[in-house]
Amino acid sequence: MKQIGDKVVKLGLMVIAVSAISSLLLIALFIFKEGVPFMVRLGAGDFLASSDWRPEKGHYGIFPMIVASIWVTLGAMMIGAPLGIAGAVFLSEFVPKSVMRVIKPTIELLVGIPSVVYGFIGVIVLAPWIRLHLGGAGLSILTASVILGVMILPTVMSISIDAFTSVPNSYRDGALALGATRWQAVHMVVLKAARSGMVAGTILGMGRAVGETMAVIMVSGNAVKVPHSALDSVRTLTANIALEMGYATGMHREALFATGVVLFLVIIILNAIAIMAMKKRFAKK
Amino acid sequence: MKLMKICVLMGISLATLFGGCGRKSTDSITVAGSTAFQPFAEKLAEQFMAKRSDIRIAVQGGGSALGIESVRSGAAQIGMADLVVLPPEARALASVIVARDSIAVIVHPENKVSNLSTTQIRQILNGSIKSWKEAGGNDHPVRVVSRESGSGTRSSFEQIIGDVNLLTDAVIQNSSGTVRETVANDKDTIGYLSHGVLNQKVKIVQVDGVDCTKEEIVAGRYKLVRPVYFLTKGEQSGAMKAFIEYVLSPEGQDTIKKNGLLPVK
Amino acid sequence: MRISPRYTQAAAVAILGGATFVTLAVLVFIVVFVLVKGLPVVNLDFLLKNPEEMGRAGGIFPCIVGTIVLTLVAIAIALPLGVGTAIYLSEYSVETRFTRIIRFGTDCLAGIPSIIFGLFGFIFFVTTLKMGWGILPGALSLAIMVLPTIIRTSEEAMKAVPWSYREVSCSLGATRWATVLKVVLPNALPGIMTGVMLSVGRSIEETAVVIFTAGQVLQLPTSLFDSVRTMAVHFYILVREGISTENAYGTAAVLIISVLLVNTLSYWMMNRFIARRTK
Repeated sequence: MKQIGDKVVKLGLMVIAVSAISSLLLIALFIFKEGVPFMVRLGAGDFLASSDWRPEKGHYGIFPMIVASIWVTLGAMMIGAPLGIAGAVFLSEFVPKSVMRVIKPTIELLVGIPSVVYGFIGVIVLAPWIRLHLGGAGLSILTASVILGVMILPTVMSISIDAFTSVPNSYRDGALALGATRWQAVHMVVLKAARSGMVAGTILGMGRAVGETMAVIMVSGNAVKVPHSALDSVRTLTANIALEMGYATGMHREALFATGVVLFLVIIILNAIAIMAMKKRFAKK
Repeated sequence: MKLMKICVLMGISLATLFGGCGRKSTDSITVAGSTAFQPFAEKLAEQFMAKRSDIRIAVQGGGSALGIESVRSGAAQIGMADLVVLPPEARALASVIVARDSIAVIVHPENKVSNLSTTQIRQILNGSIKSWKEAGGNDHPVRVVSRESGSGTRSSFEQIIGDVNLLTDAVIQNSSGTVRETVANDKDTIGYLSHGVLNQKVKIVQVDGVDCTKEEIVAGRYKLVRPVYFLTKGEQSGAMKAFIEYVLSPEGQDTIKKNGLLPVK
Repeated sequence: MRISPRYTQAAAVAILGGATFVTLAVLVFIVVFVLVKGLPVVNLDFLLKNPEEMGRAGGIFPCIVGTIVLTLVAIAIALPLGVGTAIYLSEYSVETRFTRIIRFGTDCLAGIPSIIFGLFGFIFFVTTLKMGWGILPGALSLAIMVLPTIIRTSEEAMKAVPWSYREVSCSLGATRWATVLKVVLPNALPGIMTGVMLSVGRSIEETAVVIFTAGQVLQLPTSLFDSVRTMAVHFYILVREGISTENAYGTAAVLIISVLLVNTLSYWMMNRFIARRTK
């Protein structure tokens, strides 16, 4: 009897898993179905390498957007990931547990602030500050990276904190017993043990950074040109889709879905690199 | 376990609660499209529903193109579009003008320039005028903020100014509100937006010596004006017709005027 | 030259502490900024009345209700689906290429821009399935969007539960499902909670998806198929059409306070649950 019950449960869970995955698959198919025919018709080379984006004249080149997305995401990761992980280490290893249990939910509060609020604060506070002290138009890669970095901070930090707190204390005790300082125990033992969780948090954060639309539109300037410095205005792939989707019809709209396909591919590549980097470190041990 | 059970139970009970209610036996129509006109449509719908409690009107936004598509697919009964020239997809739909909107050119209040000719505006947009000095202001670089390439405001603006080849350095924002905030926070930026969105934080520039006021628009001297269309599929009937008639009535047009847009006449 | 480990530790703590301080400072700044500009507008009227004059006056009551209902339904859909999938991946299947592909695919989908989910929801749920703009299509689209977060964090949380726990449970004769229900899940609860909190936060603040699927109607919903406007969407509309910056800040202030309440309440409930178990 127990056996059948268990099998039923397993079947039920499999159904749940499959329906969850298939809904995700549906979206992937949806993007590809709308975008790929366009890319085939126009020629992927033209689409990806041309810097001329003028839909009203029938020109669809998204190279500047690809470069912009990569720069902005990397910038956001350089701000969000180190701060997130550093904060997580500090809060879970060097601070009493009671304090951590209060601070963690407060940081998760940051997730609930709408991206449009971040964008708005970026326009009226950050952009003018950057324009005044660093030059440029203010609405730039730097502004977008800072805002995005702050937006992904709580994700990276929260998940990393979970990863650290789930490392068994025996690991730390063992290191301390061998004469290590707390810090040595942390960076030689705990960090490696919590690697999988940290990577999960970072990947989720990176996903958020690549896919963020609203805030980026308000603070990155949306100029269609290949950037030469961090103070240049740029347009990311997501901004391109969001800016014009509400008005686009026909071929213009297909071009925007094709941009979505490119975005999807960029995300796949970034994730693959992250996972390979993680595998390499394991192999070196 | 417990938490999951609670969530699932809550969801199910909410579903039965709401699902059980079902739809009321009222006539209901959906109006979708231009985000610029959306607040006005909401206000008009609110007033209309106060008079006709048997009709329910839901106003959505989404943009002029979404409005056109929603009417074609049937998701909405009335589409709102504020384009100077309707796209080919909209030709098969019936259209009626319900209001007019003027476009104002704005700069920061501390910018010395108060008047620009159409030629100067064109040159600023094309990038040939690079410093405010060339237009009568300080020797500061000119920064341009424009709207996204499919915006009704932008296409109307560019069509009326004529011959515009927007420089690649121009910053793009996706709504009149953020254009206004961008100009209000940068002494050297110039932009344009719908008249209904103006406030004290930006300064309006005369175009060819003409002010952007109702008198000048009605007299035909101010050139940057565009229509707001209501689009319907096939014959207007019942609730649709009643609402459109209300919007065109003196009371409806008065509301439009009081809140910053222009009536049809 | 060898530096004493004590000094490296001091340096490390200083740097890490500095990073944490910076993070907290930014958080405090953003919250204080919005509250200072927004709270003056918030009073009982603001919370309980309907908007008037296109949002320039009046309150945001329908938006508050809309936000609550939409988030609840979205989480009610995403939580069982996400945790169920995570349970299957971590407890009921072997680590094969198939599961690795699923995990990889889930991670990638976490990066899809919200606007694509919005468009998908609009074309699939609103138009093709003819649901129209409403709570249900909105909640479904939101649920799909937060699914990767819940799956990933739940799986990580379950992986962190030591194997010995499961072995002991099995040796006592429990079925796998009983083990999962009574041993693994309760121990993985804090991690799952993180995923849920992140997803709740995301649902409350998401704008692009909601606009395209739940619509923007400023009325109280009476059925799952009625369109609603959430507070985040209301803020966005007030700002983008330049209607009222003060009320926009007020809406944002109410939003932040609601998220704070939800987070605090959930953690309190969870801590009580854990405390009761370990008695």
